[in-house]
Amino acid sequence: MSNVIEMKEITKIFPGVVANDKVNFSLEKGEIHVLLGENGAGKTTLMNILYGLYQPTSGEIFVNGEKSAIKSPTTAIKLGIGMVHQHFMLVQPFTIAENIVLGNEPAKAGGLRIDMKTAVDNVQKISDEFGLAVDPNIKIQDISVGMQQRVEILKALYRGAEVLILDEPTAVLTPQEIDELGDILKNLTKEGKSIILITHKLKEVMSMSDRITVIRRGVVVETLKTSDTDADSLAELMVGRKVKLTSDRTEKQAGSVILSVKNLKVKDSRKLDAIKDVSFEVKAGEILAIAGVDGNGQRELVEALNGLRKIESGEVMISGIDTTHFHTKDINEIGVGHIPEDRQKRGLVMDYTLAENMILGYHKKEPFSKNGIMNYPEVHKHGKKLIAEFDIRTPSENVLAKSLSGGNQQKVIIAREFYIDPQLLIAAQPTRGLDVGSIEFVHKRLLEQRENNKAVLLISLELDEVLGLADRIAVIYQGKIVGVLDAKDATERKLGIMMAGGQLEEGVKPS
Amino acid sequence: MAEGAIIIAVLASAIRLATPLILAALGGVFSERSGVVNIGLEGIMIIGAFSAVLFTHITGNPWLGVVAAMIFGMLTASILAVLAINLRGNQIIAGVAINLLALSLSAFLLELIWKRSGATPSVPHALTTNPKGLEFLEKIPVLGDLFSKFTPFVYIAFILVGVTYYVLFKTPLGLRIRAVGEHPRAAETVGISVYKIRWLCVLISGLLAGLAGASLSIGTISLFREGMIAGQGFIALAAMIFGKWHPVGAMFACLFFGLTSAIQILAQTIGIDWAPEFLLMIPYVATIVALVGVVGKAVAPASDGLPYEKGEK
Repeated sequence: MSNVIEMKEITKIFPGVVANDKVNFSLEKGEIHVLLGENGAGKTTLMNILYGLYQPTSGEIFVNGEKSAIKSPTTAIKLGIGMVHQHFMLVQPFTIAENIVLGNEPAKAGGLRIDMKTAVDNVQKISDEFGLAVDPNIKIQDISVGMQQRVEILKALYRGAEVLILDEPTAVLTPQEIDELGDILKNLTKEGKSIILITHKLKEVMSMSDRITVIRRGVVVETLKTSDTDADSLAELMVGRKVKLTSDRTEKQAGSVILSVKNLKVKDSRKLDAIKDVSFEVKAGEILAIAGVDGNGQRELVEALNGLRKIESGEVMISGIDTTHFHTKDINEIGVGHIPEDRQKRGLVMDYTLAENMILGYHKKEPFSKNGIMNYPEVHKHGKKLIAEFDIRTPSENVLAKSLSGGNQQKVIIAREFYIDPQLLIAAQPTRGLDVGSIEFVHKRLLEQRENNKAVLLISLELDEVLGLADRIAVIYQGKIVGVLDAKDATERKLGIMMAGGQLEEGVKPS
Repeated sequence: MAEGAIIIAVLASAIRLATPLILAALGGVFSERSGVVNIGLEGIMIIGAFSAVLFTHITGNPWLGVVAAMIFGMLTASILAVLAINLRGNQIIAGVAINLLALSLSAFLLELIWKRSGATPSVPHALTTNPKGLEFLEKIPVLGDLFSKFTPFVYIAFILVGVTYYVLFKTPLGLRIRAVGEHPRAAETVGISVYKIRWLCVLISGLLAGLAGASLSIGTISLFREGMIAGQGFIALAAMIFGKWHPVGAMFACLFFGLTSAIQILAQTIGIDWAPEFLLMIPYVATIVALVGVVGKAVAPASDGLPYEKGEK
């Protein structure tokens, strides 16, 4: 097979950082080649160079055997390279067709008028050809994330892409959408397209790819065939040390009830019912997971439990205290830790230093402040201590939160929330967007809470995480708990059916 | 006065008062649709009003005055373009700087050229009457009186509303402009130059605001007076928001504003016994009430006011 892309000895130096160091990478025609590495390893930088967004400091790129200087995305597009960015490059109020033809509009009247009919027809044709099933006339703001991704793929195909680069394509998708994406990509390679997949998710690497190039701290560690390897050895290559992908859970008897929710009803921001009559309990020494597809009321549930959203009716008891109408501060006082879903918006103040972030919530208490005046030496001491204890990778406690990687930001939040030794920990999507090493860390800490006889409420979209950590799993669908399974009885298939709103029938054999 | 004649007079007055606002608001629509907030409309209008009078005075041809207003409008706008686009400065502050500069520069040049302060003398051949060739419109029953009071700028403004609408919503260029204002990175990834589009739009907004200034000086009172713009650039900006960044919406907002001004003038002329300050306030209060109560949520282009940094870190 011939190489459609060859990148030779690519080096890219940003001020103070070597992002890529003599990287060699090749892509064969018709293959799916994964670029695997942790966050910040230099995968995206390498692909941005191939797409013309960055210029390499040194090195050569060959497209179809010809040496090419890719000065801008326009050159890349001309060479048949298309990119699907992690954050979609779609204009929300435009229709699908408008987004796809943007910059390349079919026109009539000598270029003075967009020919929307031709645009819509062309988009429909390509969509049908590759089985992408999109309606060109709908606006982006009205379609699902999975469909937006298909629009991005269409955008590249419309421009005649032969090589498709997908940057972290599964980060925002549900398990079903990930399967669909896998089928779409296989279809594309059958049509002769070649695909580069940037990811740090091992499961998808194993199921989707033909070859894998592992990159660590800007250097290529190895290129290998997917059929010759397995998830464990890939994790080791990626992180540079042995990683445990599955967590050890000891058998354990749960204790007394810590959190009890009865007939809870909560409305969302649009005043529609988000949580409809939900009841459950979490006991000491137990992890209860709430599984479900994103947007089924998880956010409203977490906010209600934390006193961030008004409870319409029902009752919440934490450690025997009725907190239904408590203020967030008072709920924290009882000993509730909260790892919020959106760590950058709700977990941290991005423009504060780590030391400041690590006392938020108890900043008014001694020794951190006295008579309304901050005691900064204590704040810094505290910061230093937690940085060491939680292995946060940072030059010092004076660094701003926004300059840390996602994994380290999450460690800062965990350090802060664990400091108060919470009776109940509410962890919402605690590993979203994190790399393998950081996920391992978070999981270990959550299990530690369980070992120490604390209660943990885990809200997660990741079925692996739910199955690996939880003692019991409650599935939420359209604001209702459709069922609670013991971890022993739960399988991915059963959970999948419940997450889609289906009922488990007795006697159905898993296929 | 017959009631019908009063209504026609008020309408004519409303449309004439709305004309400079419409032109400036269209400038705002172009600029902001591409993602650049143009607070400098006010200052550009001052420059336009001044250069129109100056070049009419020099050449004796008011149309050359109009052309000069547009050219100097664009030159003034290019200050905003350099500061806001290339240097990625704060667009509000850049706009305020333009307003202050225009205010003092026009006063200074007035002193320098005419050796007097306050106002220029009137220029001859100003464009304050219904243009030649359109007299037949005055013969239309009832509405004829309306047309007799229009200046060329009135026709230009309404034609440009249509042109702006067509450009923004029917041409490939318009699609690109709106894409740049919503999601510049997305536009760049498909090979559109964000800087070029924004420059073009800021220049167009300068051209239109310059024209708006000309319509106030040689199109209304045939002279330039310090302070004659009197916040109309800001009102045009408000009208643009009121009209949801849409040329037709902005036009109706300007007409509404023109109407309240016309009613206020009428109230003063027929001697309604209220404090004149109160009457002067009516258009502004009406605008606030309309903005708060009637319009609902106005959604700006998503990247309006945000400087854009090209891909390279």
